[in-house]
Amino acid sequence: MSRQSAIEIAGVSKQFGDFTALDHVDFKIQQNEFFTLLGPSGCGKTTLLRMIAGFETPTQGDILLNGKTISDSPAHRRKINTVFQNYALFPHMTLAQNVAFGLENLGWAKGDIKSRVDEMLEMVHMAQFARRKPDQLSGGQKQRIALARALAPKPEVLLLDEPLSALDLKLRQSMRDELRRLQRETGITFVFVTHDQEEALDMSDRIAVMGNGRVQQIGAPDEIYEAPENRFVADFIGETNFLDGEVTALDGDTATIHTALGIDVTTTQSGVTAPGPAVLSIRPEKIGLEAQAEGETREGTVVSRNYMGGFTHYTVEAGGVSLRVSRRNAQARADRIEVGDTVTLGFQPANARILGQ
Amino acid sequence: MRKQRDIRSYPGLRTLSLVFFAWLYLPIGVVIFYSFNSNRLVSVWEGFSTKWYVSALQNDALMSSVRVSLIVALFSMIFATTIALLAALVITRAPGLKMRRVSETVVNLPLLLPEIVLAVAVLILFSQVGLNSGMFRLVLAHVAFCTPFAFMPIRARLQGMSLDVEEAARDLYAPPLTVFRRVTLPMIMPGVFAGAMTAFVISMDDFITSNMLNSGGGTTLPIYIFSLIRQGTTPELNAISTLLILVSLILATIVLILNARAMRRDG
Amino acid sequence: MSKAFRFWGLFPAWALMVLTLIIPVFIVAAVSVSERGAYGGFDWGFDLTAYRQILFTLGWTDELEFDPKYLIIIGRTLAYATGVTLISLILSLPLAYWISLQSARMKLILVYLVTLPFWVSMIVRVYSWLIILGNDGLAERIYVFFGGADGQGFLFTWGAMLVGMVYSHIPLMILPVYAAVEKLDPALIEASHDLYGSRWTALRRVIIPLSAPGLIGGSILVFVPSLGAVLEPMLLGGGRQLMMGTLIQNQFGGSRDWPFGAAIAMVLLTIVVLVLIVNARRAARQMEASA
Repeated sequence: MSRQSAIEIAGVSKQFGDFTALDHVDFKIQQNEFFTLLGPSGCGKTTLLRMIAGFETPTQGDILLNGKTISDSPAHRRKINTVFQNYALFPHMTLAQNVAFGLENLGWAKGDIKSRVDEMLEMVHMAQFARRKPDQLSGGQKQRIALARALAPKPEVLLLDEPLSALDLKLRQSMRDELRRLQRETGITFVFVTHDQEEALDMSDRIAVMGNGRVQQIGAPDEIYEAPENRFVADFIGETNFLDGEVTALDGDTATIHTALGIDVTTTQSGVTAPGPAVLSIRPEKIGLEAQAEGETREGTVVSRNYMGGFTHYTVEAGGVSLRVSRRNAQARADRIEVGDTVTLGFQPANARILGQ
Repeated sequence: MRKQRDIRSYPGLRTLSLVFFAWLYLPIGVVIFYSFNSNRLVSVWEGFSTKWYVSALQNDALMSSVRVSLIVALFSMIFATTIALLAALVITRAPGLKMRRVSETVVNLPLLLPEIVLAVAVLILFSQVGLNSGMFRLVLAHVAFCTPFAFMPIRARLQGMSLDVEEAARDLYAPPLTVFRRVTLPMIMPGVFAGAMTAFVISMDDFITSNMLNSGGGTTLPIYIFSLIRQGTTPELNAISTLLILVSLILATIVLILNARAMRRDG
Repeated sequence: MSKAFRFWGLFPAWALMVLTLIIPVFIVAAVSVSERGAYGGFDWGFDLTAYRQILFTLGWTDELEFDPKYLIIIGRTLAYATGVTLISLILSLPLAYWISLQSARMKLILVYLVTLPFWVSMIVRVYSWLIILGNDGLAERIYVFFGGADGQGFLFTWGAMLVGMVYSHIPLMILPVYAAVEKLDPALIEASHDLYGSRWTALRRVIIPLSAPGLIGGSILVFVPSLGAVLEPMLLGGGRQLMMGTLIQNQFGGSRDWPFGAAIAMVLLTIVVLVLIVNARRAARQMEASA
């Protein structure tokens, strides 16, 4: 690789007593990347972030910043800054003092500090509040100051620990755009931790899906969603149907599976090494009903119907298998499908994916 | 509008509480009231006068005991607060500290045992090691039983303070001493201040230990007041008590307001 | 946090407590089994006279006679401390409960008012009762006003001592009880009423059981210092009825029998340690039960 990676996680493990929080984690984060660690709570993502920041030490392995190990340098010597989940603004300092804090510790000249603080407050649209104390701010405003404070010392990498989780829904959407803008403007590598998949899909260049102390898959948002590499990722990101089956033929990246629905499907696979039991993952919106039923089709009975406005979710039973189907309500008065109706359902094999057990 | 009926309340609760508060403040009120009595007989009201205050302030023995008490309390406060602050920092901040529980118990030990036992203990110790300087003996003994009082509010502040803020300071390139000086200390200052004040008042008020250690040059204010009481109640004693009450109440108010404010800030 | 700071941060506290408390308590134990010095003080040695003295006196012919006078003092001390604790308990629960029903602002003010007198010097607080209860004092005037006989006041009675000791120690009870009662979820009391319980049922089955930790904690905070009370017995009890605290004090003052004073101090210490151990066990059991 010609470009130096910003952060390299090399074989990092972390034990808390008997509990393994991280188990041999290995990956690289590129320069100027918006990189997201996504996973359910307890998956080790926050531990990993805290190790990059220097608040925890790896039990094993090494962390490199721009190719040099930082495992042994304390938090205050790493050119990495953090935006904390609850902002962690210094309550006894004004906003300007908060933003200046890092610069003072780095020994910047007084005049430089002042102009940088002004510049940063300007950038997050908070210049008029410079003399306020944090407890006079709203959540969104605190968030902006936390960002300004962390970006002011021009860190090599900015870490963001679920920074949007404390904000209300409306604000969260606008802060997403704001974060993307700041990342592009500053060109700093962002490492973002969240359990919210929508946030991750929306903002990231690449996502590392974490589960059970391991990295389950790394890839661009659409790869993660459309081409999950294992059951965990397929299950955690979005919604899906898992059809049990038996792989009968295997040819590199493609395989043929005989599913519980009673049909054979040939499509891309991952994690299958030999013929035998596997699952077929097919997302609810990729299954068509009646007129939209294409590709492999089957008859089924509608057992439940949930109207959601833009979509209607159906559960259809076919061949002893329950399938979740999601149908876009494209017409104001679409032909209604009711519980108990017999329907044709179908999907294109290319939209499904065979995954190892 | 109908009468509100609060099922949580009980009949007579309010009356009982008001009587209790009256009882709580009655003695203080009586002392203050009689301190303005011009009569030499304490409990026979004659007329309003501030002459007992004048005579109290001109009483050399009283003033010298006040001086002893102030000096002892000041030094006890400084040492107790410093020791308590250091211990509280380690106890609340050192990860995986094995001695945490036992250290906390040791710091709080003076609260667990009756003071008379501790007083006897230090008296025998000092007599054995030949420590005769009245003031020094007092300060040493006072520091011991003031430390837990200084420790409690400081530890409470340290525990109440979120660790995020200290991590944020480290994250922003502050070395450990800077984190303490610019973030931790300013944030726990109300606790440190409350602890110091409490230590000061506890030392000022102490009777049992000071009485046990009482020797040349070590007569504190409470000991002096005790000797006056032994001679019988006088209006001057009331004046002295009133002054002492005022000082205590002012200090107490400062501490309690600080605590309330700190609690509000923590949410 | 550096290893050095972990050590040096705790060192002063440990040094202080070991030097001024832990070692001295062992010295007291040693003195209690030493011989009484010829001119007061003590001489090192091993002699159980001081402990024997608690139970027996030497008769005319040097034979040991059982003499309960010190046992009576110990018993009296325990009785007073128990009385003070019970009275404080009975007064504190309704008061703390009432405070917990007030508005947030009022609660703060009332807790402040409860705490405030506690900051006033102990000697001044005891002295104030001396004035009220003394000859021609406020208490006697009220008594006479309601038709009582004019007398010599109420000082030097068990009642005077109880009032003074309760007055000195009650904030130590109110604060923990309040802390427990304040946490009570009002919905629990409503639920008790909803399930056809009377106010009395709510008190007995909900309020008291749920505030038990505060009641017990407060009881210990009051009981322990009450055992070692010195000022109230001396000034309000007039020193006529000795208590353990005053008995110890006398041995190091006028009587100058240090080994005997040390022995009584050890007895007092043993009682306190027993109380603390029983409480710690109970707390541990409770922790286990709730875990």
